[in-house]
Amino acid sequence: MTPSAYRLTGIEQVYAARTVLRIPELTIPRGDIFTVLGPNGSGKTTLLRLLALLEAPTRGTVTVSLASREVTGRTATIEDRRLVTMVFQHPILLTRTVRENVAYGLRLRGQRDARKRIDGLLDQLGLSRLAGAPSHTLSGGEAQRVALARALILDPQILLLDEPTANLDPASGVLIEQMIRETHRRDGVTVVLVTHNIFQAKRLATRAMLLLDGELVEDGEASQFFTAPRDERTARFVAGEMTF
Amino acid sequence: MILEIAIRSLQVTISALIVSTLIGIPVGAWLALVRFPARRVALALVYTGMGLPPVVVGLVVYLILSRSGPLGGLSWLFTIPAMIVAQIILSIPLIVGITMSSILAVDSTLRIQLRALGATHWQATRDLVLEARSGVVVGLAAGFGAIISEVGAVMLVGGNIAGQTRVLTTAIVLETREGNFDTALALGGILLTLAFAANLIMVIAQGRLREIK
Repeated sequence: MTPSAYRLTGIEQVYAARTVLRIPELTIPRGDIFTVLGPNGSGKTTLLRLLALLEAPTRGTVTVSLASREVTGRTATIEDRRLVTMVFQHPILLTRTVRENVAYGLRLRGQRDARKRIDGLLDQLGLSRLAGAPSHTLSGGEAQRVALARALILDPQILLLDEPTANLDPASGVLIEQMIRETHRRDGVTVVLVTHNIFQAKRLATRAMLLLDGELVEDGEASQFFTAPRDERTARFVAGEMTF
Repeated sequence: MILEIAIRSLQVTISALIVSTLIGIPVGAWLALVRFPARRVALALVYTGMGLPPVVVGLVVYLILSRSGPLGGLSWLFTIPAMIVAQIILSIPLIVGITMSSILAVDSTLRIQLRALGATHWQATRDLVLEARSGVVVGLAAGFGAIISEVGAVMLVGGNIAGQTRVLTTAIVLETREGNFDTALALGGILLTLAFAANLIMVIAQGRLREIK
């Protein structure tokens, strides 16, 4: 069996006395593109923040297996956390140029001479001509691509993406999907992709799960999940019959 | 003589501003970012402090530094350090309050996004304050403007001693009382010019900061 990237046990996340996420058990295998599906408000982003070790669960444990060691939110050092990177649905860029935004995470790690790599990546994402542009002049699609670039430049072992193509023009969406696929193929990165776009999930996922009202409904191999779901709610969701 | 007074004014105000910047920016950031039980009380205190009557601050500093006061042993009363202390107390709340509100104006998810890119708590806070930089400059300008033009506190704790603690504002009061309106007006002109020059420098700095946006 493939080693796991994540093992979640007994997870409950409670905000203001309301349980927004409950996952008794979940394993995310290493090297997969694992898509988290579900309507708005189903707990997808909460799950991603737990996986990013940005929040600690109210109950339960998130165990991350990195190449060198296994850590939880409590034992992870800053070096461990830096192997996991998350791209947010509404990325906030720093009020600096595009190139400086992409260099940000590298500078945090004390790496300063990466201009060639940054420019190469900007080129791949169709952002070359904007390298020197201030971030506030970018369109939504451009900003989202910059946000992806500033995460990819860090060569993470685990890449967490929260609705990376929501509200984007189709061209930007296609480009971002291509980039995700390429990075996954080339570097074997574990990708956890949150989306409510069932078509995108079908295009990218090697494994998928469905969340409804904070509850894990089903998870499985993409081939089985999309074609022969075990749960009736999953079947309705993947058939596009579930409205929200 | 006038030049000497102008230089002393700048010396007192800039020294006070440096200290209140070093204290005010971290405290403002802390109030913006950390939730603690008495936070609302702390905020009300800061807002009250932003409108402190200078003469009351002068009185309190006077009492503390007077020979029988708790810090009487320092012998600071009627010296430059006493004036600097009074001006620090007057400018800190302005810098704290404006720094805090400009940090609160930056998108609240930026900090967690920076953390997700590998920033430590300290790095994320530093870069958040940098994002709020043009607002922070407004805080410094407000602090500078408030204390260079202030007369009540420096008069009380400095004593307006010629050649020692006389600054532009206290000199204007004296010259007016003595009927030397020409000198008073000239001093007033210098004070306004200094305030204008300082604010111009900050506005230019702010423009530069905005350009990076």
